[in-house]
Amino acid sequence: MTEVSHGTECATCPAYRIANLTKLGVDMANHDFVVALAGNPNTGKSTVFNSLTGLRQHTGNWPGKTVTRAEGAFSYEGKRYKIVDLPGTYSLLSTSADEEIARNFLLFGQPDVTVIVVDASRLERNLNLALQVLEITDRVVVCLNLMDEARRRGLQVDDRALSRELGVLVVPTAARQGEGIPALLAAVADVATGKFVCRPHRIKSEPAALRQAIDQLSGKLRAVYPGLPNARWLALRLLEGDRRIIEALQTGELAMLAGEEVISHTSGLKIIQGAV
Amino acid sequence: MSSIPDTQEILKTASRLRWELGSNVHDFLMEALYADAARISDKVVTRSGEQPKFDLDRTIDRLVTSRWTGFPIMLGLLALVMWLTIAGANVPSSLLASLLLDQGHPALKELAGWLHLPWWLSGLVVDGMYLAMAWVVSVMLPPMAIFFPLFTLAEDFGYLPRVAFNLDRLFKKAGAHGKQALTMSMGYGCNAAGVVSARIIDSPRERLIAILTNNFAICNGRWPTQILIATIFIGALAPAHWAGIISAMAVVGIVLMGIGFTFIVSWVLSRTWLKGEASTFSLELPPYRPPRILQTIYTSLIDRTLIVLGRAVVFAIPAGAVIWLVSNIKIGQLSIAEHLIRWFDPFALFIGLNGVIILAYIIAIPANEIVIPTVLMLTVLNSRLAGLGSGAGVMFELDSIEATAEVLRSGGWTVLTGVNLMIFSLLHNPCSTTLYTIYKETQSAKWTAVAALMPIGLGILVCLLVAQLWGLV
Repeated sequence: MTEVSHGTECATCPAYRIANLTKLGVDMANHDFVVALAGNPNTGKSTVFNSLTGLRQHTGNWPGKTVTRAEGAFSYEGKRYKIVDLPGTYSLLSTSADEEIARNFLLFGQPDVTVIVVDASRLERNLNLALQVLEITDRVVVCLNLMDEARRRGLQVDDRALSRELGVLVVPTAARQGEGIPALLAAVADVATGKFVCRPHRIKSEPAALRQAIDQLSGKLRAVYPGLPNARWLALRLLEGDRRIIEALQTGELAMLAGEEVISHTSGLKIIQGAV
Repeated sequence: MSSIPDTQEILKTASRLRWELGSNVHDFLMEALYADAARISDKVVTRSGEQPKFDLDRTIDRLVTSRWTGFPIMLGLLALVMWLTIAGANVPSSLLASLLLDQGHPALKELAGWLHLPWWLSGLVVDGMYLAMAWVVSVMLPPMAIFFPLFTLAEDFGYLPRVAFNLDRLFKKAGAHGKQALTMSMGYGCNAAGVVSARIIDSPRERLIAILTNNFAICNGRWPTQILIATIFIGALAPAHWAGIISAMAVVGIVLMGIGFTFIVSWVLSRTWLKGEASTFSLELPPYRPPRILQTIYTSLIDRTLIVLGRAVVFAIPAGAVIWLVSNIKIGQLSIAEHLIRWFDPFALFIGLNGVIILAYIIAIPANEIVIPTVLMLTVLNSRLAGLGSGAGVMFELDSIEATAEVLRSGGWTVLTGVNLMIFSLLHNPCSTTLYTIYKETQSAKWTAVAALMPIGLGILVCLLVAQLWGLV
C-alpha cells in the first residue's frame, strides 16, 4: 500500500521526471517530435546527444569533430523524440558545407524544438549563434552547458536573467557529469508539447536603415505567405542575396514552410541529404 | 497560383533595397549581433572575486604553441605514445599468440580430424580462415588497445587544435588550408574519416588537397605494421635496453616523412592543377578539459579498438581463404602464389621489396590491417621453412616477436626490406573504404584515381631511391 502511494508521489513530482526517460539509441520509428541540437563547436553537443539517446557518438575536444548529422532517439513521458545532432558552427551566415547543413535543417527540417547548446564560460561568443538561431525558429531551449567550467573560472551566469533576455527556457547543465539533463528533458518536453510558449529575442541593435528594409521586405513576405514563422530572418537573407533562399522562394519551397500545420520533415531531410 | 508574380516582386524589392543599403548588410548584421550578444552577456555574467593570478590554460598554451617549444613537445609526445605502445604490446601479444596459435590451432585441427573433415575443407577453414583471423587479433589487438586510449586522451584533453595551430603556418606556405591539420589528425585514426572531415574546409580547392593528401597520415590499419617492422628490423640493431626507444623513433620518423609528403604534395598541387590562394580562418583553441580517464579508455576500447579489430577480422577471414587457396592450388610444380611471387620478384627486389610483399598488398587491398599476417603466411610458404607449420599455407606457432623476426630473416629479409616495407606502407594506395569515401565526397572518378595512383607512384619511387642509395653505402 505504502509502496503504491510512494510510486504515484514520485511520478507526479517534477523532480522525478527523469525516470520517464527511455534511451532508444537509433530506434527512430514513429517519433512524435523532432529535436535539433545546435551550437558552437566544442560546447558539448555530442555529449548532450549521447546522454539523451544512450548512444556513444564519439566526442572530442576540437572544433569540427562533427561534420555530419548524427541522429538518435529517446522517449520521454510517453512521447517519442527523434534528435538530430547538427554540426557545430560559429554562425549560420557563411557557405561552408557544415554551416549549410545546420542552417538548412533548422529552416527546412522545421524541428519541433531546437536545443542550442552554449558554453557558459564563453557566453558572449556563443550568444552570437544563439541569436541567429532565434531568428530562424522560435521553439528553442537554451542548454547552458559547461557550468562546471564556468564555475572553475570564477564566472557566475544568471540563467534566469538570460532566460528573460532571450525569451526562451534556459537550463544550466554540466553534461559531462550528467548535471541538469533531467531539467533539460523537462524543458524540451514543455516546448514540444506547447506547455511553454517562447517569446524569442530578436536582434535589436541594427541600424535604422537596415531595420526599415527588413520591415518592408518581411511585410511583403508575410503578405504572400501569411504563415511564415521566420519572415524577418528570410528578409535578412534576401537582403544579403543568399542564393539558396532566393532559390527556395522561386521553387515554392518557402510556400511549404508557410503552411503552419504541414510539418514536412521528409522534404527537409531530402534537402539536407542533397547538401551532405 | 497568384504567388508567382508576388515572388518576383519580393525579389525585385529585395534587390532594390540591397542596392540602397550598399554592400554593408552583412557587416551591419554582424555588428548588431555582436552588440546584442555583448549587452546580454554583460547583464547575466558576473565574475566572482579576482581573476586568478595563475592561469593554467594560458601557461600550457604558451608552451605547446610556442615557436621554440611547440614542435619539440609535439614530437616528444608522439615518441612517448609510440614507445608506450611498443614497450607495452609485446607481452600481451605473445600471450594472445600462444593462446590462439599455439593452443587454439592444434585444438581446432584435432577437432577437424575428429569430425573427419576432408583435408581441403579443414585446410581452408582452419589453416586459412582461422589462422588469418587469429593472427590479426594477436598482432593488432595489443598495440591498438594501448595506442587508441592514449590518442583519445590527448584528443579529449584538447591537444589536437594546438597541433593544428602549430602546423597552420606550414600549411599556409604549402598553399593549403590550416584546417587541413585537423583532417590530417583524423586520418591518423582512419583515412576514410579524415576524408569526410575535410568538409570543414570551405574552399573546394583546398578541400580537394586535404582529401588527396590524407592518405599520408598513417591510419589505424597501418600503425601495427609500422610498429612491428620497426621493432623487428630497426630496434634489433640497437642494444636491448635502447631497442624500444629506437623503434619508437623509427615510427616517428615515418610519421614525419608522411607529414613531409603532405606538405610537398599540397605545395605541388596548389601550384599546378589546384592553383589558388590559401584562405584564412579563425581557429578557436578550446579550453583544456581534464580527460575523463576511465570513460575515455572504455569508449576508445569499445568504439575504436573493437570496431577496427572487427573490421580487420571480417576482411582477414576471406583473405585467409584466398591465401590458402593460392598457396595450395598448383599449376605445374608450383602453387599460384609461388608463380606470382616469382613473377613479381625481379621488379620488387629492384625497388628493395620482395614479391611476397607485393602479393600481400594485392591480397590486402580491402584492408591495410591484414598486410603483416598475409606477408607472414606467404613468407613461410615461399621459403618452405623446415619445422614450421605443416603443409603449404599453414601458419605456424610464432609466440614472440623474435620468432617472427626469425621467419622473416630466413625468408630473405634484410634491414632494407624492413625499411622499405615501412615506407611502402606509408606510400601506397588508400584502402578500398577510403577510396569509396573519396569518390563519394568528390563525385569524381578522376580525382579518386589520382588519390589511388599518386601515392603508389611515390611509394615505388621512394623505395627505388632508398634501395639504390642502400646499394651505394
